[in-house]
Amino acid sequence: MAKADTHQAKTQFGYRRHPDQDRPGQSTAEHPVVVVGAGPVGLSLAIDLAQRGQRVVLLDDADRIGEGSRAICFSKRSLEYWDRLGVGDRMVDKGVVWSVGRIFHGEQQLYQFNLLPDDGHKRPAFINLQQYYAEAYLVDRISDLPEINLRWRNKVTALESRNDSVALTIETPEGAYRLHAQYVVACDGARSSLRQMVGADFAGQVFEDQFLIADVKMTAEFPTERWFWFDPPFHAGRSALLHRQPDDVWRIDLQLNRYADPIVEKKPENVRPRIARMLGHDKFEFEWISLYKFQCRRMDRFVHGRVIFAGDSAHQVSPFGARGANSGLEDAENLSWKLDRVLRGASPASLLESYHVERSLAADENIRESTRSTDFMAPNSHQEARLRKAVLSLAKETEFGKRMVNGGRLSVPCSYDSPLSSPDADAWRGGPLPGCSMLDAPVATRAGEQAYLTDAFRKDGTDFTLLSFSNGAAIDAPEGVKDIRIGGEGGLADPSGLVAKRYGAEPDSAYLLRPDGYVAARFRHPTREAIAAALSRAQGLNRRLA
Amino acid sequence: MPLSTSSNFARPDDAFRAIVEAHRGFTDEQSADFDAALVLILANHIGDIDVLRDAIVLAKRRMIDGQQQQQRQQQQQQQQ
Repeated sequence: MAKADTHQAKTQFGYRRHPDQDRPGQSTAEHPVVVVGAGPVGLSLAIDLAQRGQRVVLLDDADRIGEGSRAICFSKRSLEYWDRLGVGDRMVDKGVVWSVGRIFHGEQQLYQFNLLPDDGHKRPAFINLQQYYAEAYLVDRISDLPEINLRWRNKVTALESRNDSVALTIETPEGAYRLHAQYVVACDGARSSLRQMVGADFAGQVFEDQFLIADVKMTAEFPTERWFWFDPPFHAGRSALLHRQPDDVWRIDLQLNRYADPIVEKKPENVRPRIARMLGHDKFEFEWISLYKFQCRRMDRFVHGRVIFAGDSAHQVSPFGARGANSGLEDAENLSWKLDRVLRGASPASLLESYHVERSLAADENIRESTRSTDFMAPNSHQEARLRKAVLSLAKETEFGKRMVNGGRLSVPCSYDSPLSSPDADAWRGGPLPGCSMLDAPVATRAGEQAYLTDAFRKDGTDFTLLSFSNGAAIDAPEGVKDIRIGGEGGLADPSGLVAKRYGAEPDSAYLLRPDGYVAARFRHPTREAIAAALSRAQGLNRRLA
Repeated sequence: MPLSTSSNFARPDDAFRAIVEAHRGFTDEQSADFDAALVLILANHIGDIDVLRDAIVLAKRRMIDGQQQQQRQQQQQQQQ
């Protein structure tokens, strides 16, 4: 069990006293930004901020990485973000890559889907990776970044919002101390204590059905695909999910009824026969067993003055759709460049409002999608069950029925109807609209090396970028804006033509990309004035529009 | 309103009859299952979410009318 040992060694961290705890008299340490919670979201946000040159204090009340696999599906979008944070390769090397899912009803396969049917992307649709590995790699990355001060067993117990700062009281094994921060980002999870401290509510819908997660270790020949059953022979009347993770670990998710007793159901001796029935053998060991109910809910406001909420602390969804951790990572990438600009004084604090606007839209979409999936899996009434029965039976012989079967709609980046976007002034056929995420495609460097557009985007750090398609003399990007040129002298080549195709581009077209890879504006025939206006709007400098 | 409520069948009685006959011999439970499938098939054929929403509103009005009628009757009974 050498693997398990290294894993254990990696996940235990020591508390260390910090000089902030020994400041004389009434003086309190001042920090630009404090991130609370060292889960995937807090860790990623801290790295992103640090890469932008911010000093970050990262607090966590525990001294180890969370137990259990928990989040396992990380999306293409998240992997592209982790590429920018310098950890993408490690995640993908360890993770299991997948893009195909199958949906069964009883013993019969209803249909299969491929989440990334076309080639020419650096990253796959998804990888499965235990959350503790993701966290361990992020913690490792943090050790390369002196800008981040990660403090384990530092628990925030009080928060006081002031006009110019936030005062935090932090409990440690050696007593309490205080910190002042210009901004605090709460990434402290669904049971966020900071959310309570700012007095915000967390309203939404509770689902009564219970689900049992068992991560089991076994050698099996199942393909690396997401398998979902409605009413399988081994678990009559309910749903089941089987999904592969690294280290021969398999995620099994079984729907139980709403009256099941969690304490009884969680006992390994009661879980074992259920799993054995599913697998047809009992040659497996348990890695983790958990019983849960869903909640779909969000905070009304993600920005409370100088306290900003990201990830599960701000919004919670059901797990069928991989929309929890992935949407939290999208929060982090959306927030970090804005917070960095505000801290540097490059943009007004009102830019942070766009974080709330954009990410609460995304949260609504994620809640809507995951509520629909959950209601399909666990119908609320006889009539809902009847409609579902009709869909499942129509799916056997019709294409439209297959498309209505909802066994989880998997996370894709949200498109933002955002005050930061400049609407199209030209006619476009295809390509990502303003407010949508950039698309990847293969490119070749001048030296003839194969690369991807996402590589070019993150090279030398991510900032505003003008992606332009050469027309002989390409327009210069405004000051402080990076240039990616496709075609022409000195530009990247588009050997497969996929860049131009995916962007609906013609010679002279240009896209202004935000630091989080979203399209701010696009132009058929860019002018300096139009680019500058779109840039200023996307940076929150246009007072009228902000 | 994109939903067409003018009479679209050349022989409306045939359409009504076809649906009635489809239900013959069904228990209420079977009829409800059948209706669910039929609604989904027709909704997909229409393939226009606005038309579907309008149809839902029009169908729902029957329920509201029915409820109001019930209330009126109850009130009249109380007055008597």
